[in-house]
Amino acid sequence: MEMNIEINNRQLKATRGETILDVLTRNGIKVPTLCHMKDYFPSGACRMCVVEHENSGKLVTSCSYPVEEGMRIKTHTSRVVEARKMIVELLLSNHPDDCLYCVRNGNCQLQDLSVEHHVTERRISGLKNNFSKDLSSPSITRDPDKCILCGRCVRVCEEVMGVSAIDYINRGSKTLIGTSFNKGLNTSSCVNCGQCIMVCPTGALSEKGHLNEIQMALTDPSKKVVVQYAPAISVSLAEEFGMQPGTDVNGLMNAALRKIGFDFVFDTSFSADLTIMEESAELIDRVANGGTLPLITSCCPAWVKYAEEFAVDFLPNVSSCKSPQQMLGAVIKTYFAEKINTKPEDIYSVSVMPCTAKKFEAQREDMTHHGITDVDAVMTTRELAQLIRLYGVDMYNINPELTDSPLGIRSSAGKLFGGSGGVMEAALRTAYFKLTGEELKEFKINAVRGLTGRKETKLQIGDLEVGVAVVSGLQNAKVLLDEIRNGRNDIHFIEIMACPGGCIAGGGQHIGADQKAILSRLSSLYDIDDRDSIKVSHKNPEVIELYDKFLGEPLGHKSHALLHTEYEKREVPL
Amino acid sequence: MKYGIAEILEARGGAKRDSLIPILQEIQESEGFLSQEAVSEVGSRLGIPTSKIYGVATFYNQFRFEPKGKYHIQVCRGTACHVLGSATVLDKLEKILRAKAGQTTRDGLFSIEVVACIGACGLAPVVNINGNFYAKVTEQSLTEIIENLKNKEA
Repeated sequence: MEMNIEINNRQLKATRGETILDVLTRNGIKVPTLCHMKDYFPSGACRMCVVEHENSGKLVTSCSYPVEEGMRIKTHTSRVVEARKMIVELLLSNHPDDCLYCVRNGNCQLQDLSVEHHVTERRISGLKNNFSKDLSSPSITRDPDKCILCGRCVRVCEEVMGVSAIDYINRGSKTLIGTSFNKGLNTSSCVNCGQCIMVCPTGALSEKGHLNEIQMALTDPSKKVVVQYAPAISVSLAEEFGMQPGTDVNGLMNAALRKIGFDFVFDTSFSADLTIMEESAELIDRVANGGTLPLITSCCPAWVKYAEEFAVDFLPNVSSCKSPQQMLGAVIKTYFAEKINTKPEDIYSVSVMPCTAKKFEAQREDMTHHGITDVDAVMTTRELAQLIRLYGVDMYNINPELTDSPLGIRSSAGKLFGGSGGVMEAALRTAYFKLTGEELKEFKINAVRGLTGRKETKLQIGDLEVGVAVVSGLQNAKVLLDEIRNGRNDIHFIEIMACPGGCIAGGGQHIGADQKAILSRLSSLYDIDDRDSIKVSHKNPEVIELYDKFLGEPLGHKSHALLHTEYEKREVPL
Repeated sequence: MKYGIAEILEARGGAKRDSLIPILQEIQESEGFLSQEAVSEVGSRLGIPTSKIYGVATFYNQFRFEPKGKYHIQVCRGTACHVLGSATVLDKLEKILRAKAGQTTRDGLFSIEVVACIGACGLAPVVNINGNFYAKVTEQSLTEIIENLKNKEA
């Protein structure tokens, strides 16, 4: 129902059910927000977005107040501005004053609000927070002192991930965000996805940094330092350097990594191709021999941990394939080590991932071979940008370079892993070929593309109709798994990514990207797929060579030892 | 049954999340505290994440997460007691026992609970140990009280 409201003396149209903030945003009127999250149920907790409701004379939170016929709103009266400034001052009153030492210095919403509201002196000095940091998790570091209790992390963990590892604890001035029984994050149900970091306005949540270890290795002459980067990195890194979202900086990144001092630069998309060879073989094997179906992908370590906690009944469905990061790690320390005549223990293997859960995955017990870890250190996209700045590499003034051989060539199918639906598309291309002996006529499978949280389609492969589903955001996975528990049986293959939209929106990516930027990253992946000549994993020449010279065949003895793993139930409080 | 929790939940078969607090109260009544096992069990029955249950339970003063000590010490922090120095009494107690309010000493002998007014304002500041009231407590008398109890156990 249409209605008329008055904002700042302007007559504006509004629809029943909208909030004041919706109308303001649509009409280009900016009010500051803090706890507000677009497309989430409004909470109205922080009161940053207050506006003056002239009919009642009250200040109301625009993010949660529904529009009413004939309402009159003022957004920037002195009373409103003063109230907002006071809120910022109160938030700062117990906040540690160590911005210069903070990981979010320069990219902090509290700093921004303080500047916007011209907070230049300390009018209110409160007792400083004095909680202990939680350094227990291999992926995520929590510093409750810096937390302003906006609750965005709690909501993303509950509503998008369906994990609810954290919630408010205690009351009043003692309130903090923590796990059940306020234990370390490492023993909680946290799946390490890092989406909480992405929504945190301050430095209360950040990734566990590996840069020190990496720098040590780079200066150690006895180590060969090898780096691999995930498919999503090349289309996301640009934003860290102020370039257009979605710009593909693959070549520049290769050059930058060599300038920093990495001895060999590989592309994880190569092992994404390898994953496809193994996983499609597994799918065909399960379909042919009556194995457990649907087969569910295992590339996403956050999903894998989720399954080990919340979906134990589906563990037999999860593919035994290691993720591309771990596959490449294993191949680097065996096949490649032999090739360059270096002992595996003298290789320091680094990966660049858009993800915090990969840090957890790299230290899983079974991700080793003869006691040697597959991957030694994992850095996020953000950490890579830091490293590039630290080593003084000018991304605007550098010539693109190629990756190293023999683990550097990729198909564009491997590259698609970076977005939700990519693993599915790549796997179907190869499975189709393996089952029918022919290539798909149209490689593009539009039904599994895009940022939608849930996609499904059916594909005719020979006389078999294969049902596939692609979900991202673990809450969506939960819904799908419940359907299967309730007897749905038309799906053979499921791709699950924890982060909404897949790795391009992972927990290790640039903080502050909007939905448009994420869409640009995805389109960039699709453009690469359109341009590239090798569009299927089974035609990747280096993958073929790897099987010929080293691995034998997919699901073979060597593959099994190096590229596959096992899962088991985790005892954590759910 | 291990904790008697099963019976409590059984008696409330079909309970939904709105019965959370009464259930927690009953468990605390029978067990003396809310254990992790109890919280997990309640969570899986009601379909509530344990972090949420812990959040709710810590919001209220009445729930404790450690078993009570042999001597459960309630320190009144009501207005009258506060005016007559219950803050220093509590502080002293925490120091002597090396346990904070809500906690239990390692030997399991003492536990501390902060309560609002217990209706004995004439005796302020007042401390209640296992139902016995100690009136007009000072730092010194408190030390003696604890020493006596310790000696009794030694």
